[in-house]
Amino acid sequence: MSATGIGAAVRRKEDRRFITGTGHYTDDINRPGQAYAYFVRSPHAHATIKSIDTKAAAAMPGVLAVLTGAELAADKIGNLICGWMIHSKDGSPMKMAAHPALANGKACHVGDPVAVVIGETLAQARDAAEKVKIDYAVLPAVADPAAAQKPGAPQIHDIAPKNTIYQWSLGDAKAVDVAFKSANHVTKLDIINNRLVPNAIEPRAAIGEYDSGAGTFTLWNTTQNPHVARLVIAAFIGMAPEHKLRVIAPDVGGGFGSKIFIYPEEVVALWAAKRVGRPVKWVAERSEAFLADAHGRDHVTHAEMAFDAEGKILGLRAKTIANLGAYMSTFSSSVPTYLYATLLSGQYEIPQIYCEVDAVYTNTVPVDAYRGAGRPEATFVVERLVEVGAREMGQDPAELRRKNFVKKFPHQTPVIMMYDAGDYNASLKRAMELADYKGFARRKRESARQGKLRGIGFSTYIEACGIAPSQAVGSLGAGVGLWESAEVRVNPTGSVEILTGSHAHGQGHETTFAQVAAERLGIPIDNISVVHGDTDKVQFGMGTYGSRSGAVGMSALVKALDKIEAKAKKVAAHMLEAAEGDIEFKDGKFSVAGTDKSAAWGDVALNAYIAHKFSGQELEPGLKEGAFYDPTNFTFPAGCHICEVEVDPETGNADIVGWTAVDDFGVVINPMIVEGQVHGGIAQGIGQALCEGAVYDKDGQLVTGSFMDYCMPRADHLPPLKVDMTVTKCPSNPLGIKGCGEAGAIAAPAAVINAITDAIGTEQLAMPATPQAIWAALQKTNRMPQAA
Amino acid sequence: MYAFTFHRPQTVRQAAGLLAKNGDAKLLAGGQTLLPTMKLRLAGPPQVIDMTLIEGLSGIEMSGRSLTIGAMTTHNDVNTSPVVQQAIPSLAKLAGMIGDPAVRHRGTIGGSIANNDPNADYPAACLGLGATIITNKRRIKADDFFTGMFSTALEPAEIITKVSFPIPKKAAYQKFRNQASRFALVGVFVSKRGSEIRVAVTGAGANGVFRVASFEEALKKRFAPKSLEGMSIPADGMNSDIHGSAEYRAHLVGVLARRAVAEAIGKSA
Repeated sequence: MSATGIGAAVRRKEDRRFITGTGHYTDDINRPGQAYAYFVRSPHAHATIKSIDTKAAAAMPGVLAVLTGAELAADKIGNLICGWMIHSKDGSPMKMAAHPALANGKACHVGDPVAVVIGETLAQARDAAEKVKIDYAVLPAVADPAAAQKPGAPQIHDIAPKNTIYQWSLGDAKAVDVAFKSANHVTKLDIINNRLVPNAIEPRAAIGEYDSGAGTFTLWNTTQNPHVARLVIAAFIGMAPEHKLRVIAPDVGGGFGSKIFIYPEEVVALWAAKRVGRPVKWVAERSEAFLADAHGRDHVTHAEMAFDAEGKILGLRAKTIANLGAYMSTFSSSVPTYLYATLLSGQYEIPQIYCEVDAVYTNTVPVDAYRGAGRPEATFVVERLVEVGAREMGQDPAELRRKNFVKKFPHQTPVIMMYDAGDYNASLKRAMELADYKGFARRKRESARQGKLRGIGFSTYIEACGIAPSQAVGSLGAGVGLWESAEVRVNPTGSVEILTGSHAHGQGHETTFAQVAAERLGIPIDNISVVHGDTDKVQFGMGTYGSRSGAVGMSALVKALDKIEAKAKKVAAHMLEAAEGDIEFKDGKFSVAGTDKSAAWGDVALNAYIAHKFSGQELEPGLKEGAFYDPTNFTFPAGCHICEVEVDPETGNADIVGWTAVDDFGVVINPMIVEGQVHGGIAQGIGQALCEGAVYDKDGQLVTGSFMDYCMPRADHLPPLKVDMTVTKCPSNPLGIKGCGEAGAIAAPAAVINAITDAIGTEQLAMPATPQAIWAALQKTNRMPQAA
Repeated sequence: MYAFTFHRPQTVRQAAGLLAKNGDAKLLAGGQTLLPTMKLRLAGPPQVIDMTLIEGLSGIEMSGRSLTIGAMTTHNDVNTSPVVQQAIPSLAKLAGMIGDPAVRHRGTIGGSIANNDPNADYPAACLGLGATIITNKRRIKADDFFTGMFSTALEPAEIITKVSFPIPKKAAYQKFRNQASRFALVGVFVSKRGSEIRVAVTGAGANGVFRVASFEEALKKRFAPKSLEGMSIPADGMNSDIHGSAEYRAHLVGVLARRAVAEAIGKSA
């Protein structure tokens, strides 16, 4: 291993600019003549828009335009779409309601954009926005997914009776019934997976610009996938032909999924820029982000697990209602279906699984993928069932897991996935050692002496990452392929530019992609730059989400590097007057086998461009290669997290006092970055388990609309984290990578709730497990610390 | 933020004059509540009167058996002052529990108690220590000063200049934070000075900070956590929201009061 190659904990090249404030985020960019957009949003969860009077607003100082859904429709700007088709059990397609970028006739959630004011300054736009007079007829609203299908619930979209988008299922219901009939024990749980607000540190932003001479549009946008944004805005929304639209995602400050989607505001910024003939900037305020960024999770589930007399799992069934909010966001339909039910086998051999999912509209912010996307929800169902099953049957939770682990690979689950490699017992064993599981009883007594209730909880999770084989997802309804592209451009001086269709918004790609190329080419990491996030530079790419950039994006890079090496060997053969087959490439040097003749990397690069040593008929000049890589399978990162908590029975406060994470991500490019990803994921998972939760009142108002009421995890929620790894190589990609970006957020919630319920002696505890919720649960069990 | 006229008076008299002339004007002390509210356009005072140029409004001094803190003294200054740490350590500690470092370096004691946020910490200290609030017009006992949620005995054009705290024999503050805002979900300040016992509660009451007479009576017999064993207060009149039901808040008042007394006498509860 070289000091900067694969496996080296190289410090991140991009951090200097990020931590010294010299990055370039969308809001740092200002275009000549730029105007500002301010959105007028619905204060009502559900209302008919009877009329909009823009006269007073348009007369305010500095106002360039006041635009509404009527102008949008007149300009034939298309609706936002959901790009993954799901069919119901009865074969009918999902009920996708129209989603105009500005509400036309009806507002469906608090925050739904109804009009936009374009002003010379933001303050002027904002002042004028207050003068837009909208006459609403307020309608009854529904926010709770469990209530949306009930008789008498307000009907949100005509296309979807009973607010039902689809009624989907996966697995064999009859076979599961048979398995349950033979069961010795059945564990049953009602589970709410709480709604989360993503809250990336950089709020969303967009600048639209139109060049009337060239007829071209440019969009600077906080997106995780600029090419997908361009495709959707061109092909579906019809703003501009694809070749006349450039999308630039500059430095982006966190996404966690919420910046995958194509949102109304960026469409409006582009459209308004053409209308007013000026670049138009929009930057979300934090309060606006709460009402305008797609939320995550929000499932209501009943789940059951059947065991035989020895504790072997016989079957699992689950019925989930998934809240998709007021409109179907870009990938919303796939999250509670193919990213959820396909993971219900967990790390276990489960012969039969059946899952039904009803997706519903409610008068809330749209819900879509958020770090883990479906897989945290699945893991929470499986890992709660297993833990509670162990308690009910009086078995050790680790032992019960071990008994049921998948041990032979490949393993076909009953829910589509084919696990390719793993060693679940190895990560469990290592985690139990690191967590000193044997010493838990002693620690519990010590806590009791301090008046505290101590509990321990496991989460042995699995996820499907490296998203995804295009043919497979196509057969499941995806509107896109999920391959990735890379291009390697070698300059005459030997420095290298890597262009990737992946996008970094905090993951450190500028370092890790360079590490892969540095290792392969034997050149210093500083001679390599990584280019991403601009549709004019990178030809096409699918972006970053689903822990895919290493497994898929770097695989494309490896393919492109293969081609570079092959071409460079041809150049070197001419330079060294040897047969191409005799050229060896190692540590940045081309040599002729069995001789002392060699050429350095830089000389070969130069010769590729000056082309003095070969004729153009024999070999094309230049050294630039591209590749598309389509994965053959998902990857399956897995691991074991163990959480230990101390509960204060008087206040209900739960302190996480110990955390062990042992993950198997396959081959690791940069262990420091991977550890950081694990830390961040755990923090988000702890946030979901302990404190985060979007709350709507009965009128559909978001009660948790700011950080005064919506609690993000803080440093003092986290104990010191013990992080370790076990490695089984991923067999399906050239580097053996599985992916690490979502693991912590997937594993953590179940570990926390398993630990708290162990401490307090009841399974009746919903997330977030706030002090008040834990105290209320304890009022029923009256469990007090037992020091004896 | 809406546009406003910004005044920077040099004296309390000038500030009071500006207040008297402009009924809708707001004083800007630390601005840690006012400015966020203005940025969200929830408040739009046409006139803002900045207090920072007025000399003599900040500072900490002992005079006889009381500690006087200038209205413009920041939470951080109170928290780190050796004088406060020596005279009323619980008050220094309380100041260090307010908000975050940025808030503590800007927010002031005068601003906090004039705002009388029902979840703020300083009102509990003022009531729990029997402080006297000194204004440009008079001296007001803490018992008379806090008149309800976000309301005080301050009259128009009346400006807090100092707060004077008698030195207790024993005192402590226990705060249970709202996880999101880090304001007090419930905070209990207890003190003992001679025969005077005070138990003041912030965060819990639907009407702002209040004293708990039953706890004070019980503690008069013996100033020890045991005296409050099994005691709580009725849930009626407690605040109730997503962060804490009235029952939970009422329960926490008892728990925190016992813990505060234990801390005050140097024991664990």
